[in-house]
Amino acid sequence: MANCTPDHHDHALEPECSSRRLFLRQGAMALVTLGFAPSFVSRIAAESAGRRKRLIVVFQRGAVDGLNMVVPFGEADYYRARPNISIARPGGADGAIDLNGFFGLHPRMSSLKPLWDRGELAVVHATGSHDTTRSHFDAQDYMESATPGVKSTKDGWLNRYLSGTGNREPGTGNPLRGVAVTKQMPRSLQGAAPALAIGSTEDFTVADMSARTSFEEIYAAAQSDKALRGTAGEAFDAMKTLANKTAGQYRPANGASYPRSPFGQAMQEIARLATSDVGLEIAFAESTQWDHHVNEGAATGQIANRLDDFSRGITALAGDLGDRMADTVILTMSEFGRAVAENGSRGTDHGHGNAMFVIGGSVKGGQVYGKWPGLAVNDRYEGRDLAVTTDFRDVFGEVVMTHLGASAATANKVFPGYSIDPRKFRGVLRS
Amino acid sequence: MLTRLTALAFCLLLATGAPAIQAAAADDAAVIHALNRLSYGPRPGDVERVKAMGLQKWIEAQLAPSRIDNRALEAKLQRLETLTLDSETIQREFSGPAMIERRQRKLDDDGNGEPGTGNREMPAGSRLPAPGSRQASEVLERGRQVMSDLEEAKLLRAVYSERQLEEVLVDFWFNHFNVFAGKGATRNYVGEYEREAIRPYVLGNFRDMLGATAKSPAMLFYLDNWLSSKAGEASEAGEPRDASARRRRRASPASPASPERRSSGINENYARELLELHTLGVDGGYTQQDIVNVAKAFTGWTIQPRQGSGFMFVAGRHDRGEKVVLGQAIMAGGVDEGERVLDIVAAQPSTARHIATKLARRFVSDMPPQALVDRAAAKFTATKGDLRAVLKVILMSPEFSSADTYRVKVKTPLEFVASALRASAADVRTASPLARTLRDMGMPLYLCQPPTGYDETATTWVSAGALVSRMNFAVDLSKNAVRGVRLPLPEEQTMALKIGAPEFQRQ
Repeated sequence: MANCTPDHHDHALEPECSSRRLFLRQGAMALVTLGFAPSFVSRIAAESAGRRKRLIVVFQRGAVDGLNMVVPFGEADYYRARPNISIARPGGADGAIDLNGFFGLHPRMSSLKPLWDRGELAVVHATGSHDTTRSHFDAQDYMESATPGVKSTKDGWLNRYLSGTGNREPGTGNPLRGVAVTKQMPRSLQGAAPALAIGSTEDFTVADMSARTSFEEIYAAAQSDKALRGTAGEAFDAMKTLANKTAGQYRPANGASYPRSPFGQAMQEIARLATSDVGLEIAFAESTQWDHHVNEGAATGQIANRLDDFSRGITALAGDLGDRMADTVILTMSEFGRAVAENGSRGTDHGHGNAMFVIGGSVKGGQVYGKWPGLAVNDRYEGRDLAVTTDFRDVFGEVVMTHLGASAATANKVFPGYSIDPRKFRGVLRS
Repeated sequence: MLTRLTALAFCLLLATGAPAIQAAAADDAAVIHALNRLSYGPRPGDVERVKAMGLQKWIEAQLAPSRIDNRALEAKLQRLETLTLDSETIQREFSGPAMIERRQRKLDDDGNGEPGTGNREMPAGSRLPAPGSRQASEVLERGRQVMSDLEEAKLLRAVYSERQLEEVLVDFWFNHFNVFAGKGATRNYVGEYEREAIRPYVLGNFRDMLGATAKSPAMLFYLDNWLSSKAGEASEAGEPRDASARRRRRASPASPASPERRSSGINENYARELLELHTLGVDGGYTQQDIVNVAKAFTGWTIQPRQGSGFMFVAGRHDRGEKVVLGQAIMAGGVDEGERVLDIVAAQPSTARHIATKLARRFVSDMPPQALVDRAAAKFTATKGDLRAVLKVILMSPEFSSADTYRVKVKTPLEFVASALRASAADVRTASPLARTLRDMGMPLYLCQPPTGYDETATTWVSAGALVSRMNFAVDLSKNAVRGVRLPLPEEQTMALKIGAPEFQRQ
């Protein structure tokens, strides 16, 4: 088992740090309260007071090939296993973008390199679920419910975070705290806490103004139906907030240029919400078409095009958010990785461990975290896949506790059946 | 256009009690209630028709659907070419060629839509149209037709079937024994599954339906039992030989590499869901060891390789060891071991309670009264799972017609859309746009991913985004702006406000 990560964190956070961390967090809160006092409706203000941190989750559905995304070019076994679809060592035009002498980014992910250089982008490699499934649908379900192996979990981890930290009075939550820019409510955000799934902010309206006014009055008068009355109230509030705060054509800041793809547009919608003080805390988007069983390509081809779109979307969002990235973490994930060896169709079949990106101002970036299990056949999971050495819940958990500031008690509710222990965190985030 | 004043008057009416309830006699409310729960909502004139017939008589009639004339619906279903085909024909003539064509075009579906269908070798001797050719487009279209026919049929039945209770029950039981059409080959099997494993039994015997689902290729594939074999079995006997079956094997989560390298052994997926979801319930009193033993009993239950459809038992893959399930010894045997397990679990008191609770939750309230559940469960046990008898206990109960149950259930998106179409006497010419609406509302038909099926309770379906979608659907429908649907008398906002109102979200 080689450990090729230059700064490999397996240690516990030192206890003496905790008081300093607490001090810093309170200091940051004071600054937030002074400098960014929200001027919108008091409910949103009350909810977001002290919790101005934001998490943006990107799900790469279909199982991205993590070994061609964050390439272990220092492994001879990587090249042996992939005669046709490997990414060359750094150097040539088609070579990996060197990160630390062992790992490199896919050449079409160059837009992310400045974030790495500034120390705002970290990679967690060989991470994922210890569950053995190689079924997309089971694995997505397990990652989004954050309860691998338990299918009966009804809500998602992001919704449990929202319900564990928000206003508990029914009908009083701000649904713009948690927004998925997707057609359906993703599993991650399903649950009791208010949350929205909207294709775009423009879709979330009743365009017929006369009908809208009537509906608003009908629902407001429906005293005997508290649930629907409350929910409709939320909807109309959110609609008004969005109309006030997001009106007009959106102009990205700092010269950010979003891909015109669905993913790029979703990233832009998130930026629009994040920059318009609507109370957004958790955002969710998905990037699709990663299931490259056939002709995956290498430096060019299918995966290259998908990674280009993925990277440029994220880069644009990070650039657009600018200073707000200090309070923001972008976390990427995919249900599992792909087999180490290419298959007979120059693609890759379903595997196990994968890589995640963690991006933001509080990220101790410029590092690849996790224990690298190696790619020799004996080091692989079931002799074929990248092994998992970091349970994905330890990455999620670190984000929930260290970035979003949730208590251990809350974190344990977000990850039922799993013992969240900061000593298992990889130390990706600065507290 | 409705003025704000009119709207206010309208909402005052609602606030003080809906016009229908207030104006109508108490027995009208009972009829409306029964129509809401036993059907996809009343059409214009239904209340009067049921009253003329007598409510009890109408319920009795709905409990005997085969005697109800349904020719008008059947005429509407005629044009759906794939509806009556078997799975093998669908695979050979519709899905299979489209899959090859998609691969030719490298249009890999995204992982969410159709997991695990990327890397496929072609069946020997397949004739391939040139990618992008007109012929190729037709091939893709025929592939899509399988799902669109299913969606269309489901919606047409919900709106137009005279056997409304049967349709409600088919939806309920499909959802209870859910399979996800997005998982690889499952979509080829779904039509046959609903037609042959669910529909015939919804007012029949529970054990019969359980057995039919256990042996259906849809369930065998969806919950992976077709791969389950005794440990250390390299499996020559049961190895599918034709290319299409090999493809599915590759698509399977348990055999990602190739048949030769496939790790053998039991797969617990079906065993776990059989106990947790289909029969005992999550707190039904089983252990992990029960799951392992149930899985062993079902080793060798698989799908016929050559046809790529149909049940087959492969003795060579069957674990012949001793098994104890829920304290009962299973005699070493073959296919009968699985049957014995089904007998045992179907007869458990926790199964009776689980099924009674779910039926009462569907027909009475999200938190059904315990006394009612107990009586329904007792009937289940006494009749050895006679579902008509159990349902009768629920529908004839004082709890069912109690005033607190009136409109306490929130409609699912399917119930909402179907009831809106019925209430507005809509003419549905093509239902695909409606299926898309349901997808946008978070309830894509036949595409519920987890084996739990769609949730039945209000918490899932009441959300800001969902309400906005419902209001917009109400507005679009009333303006005749839903493609494929025509209202006889577009009533503009009167209809929009009726369908978008809080009261209409409930049943």
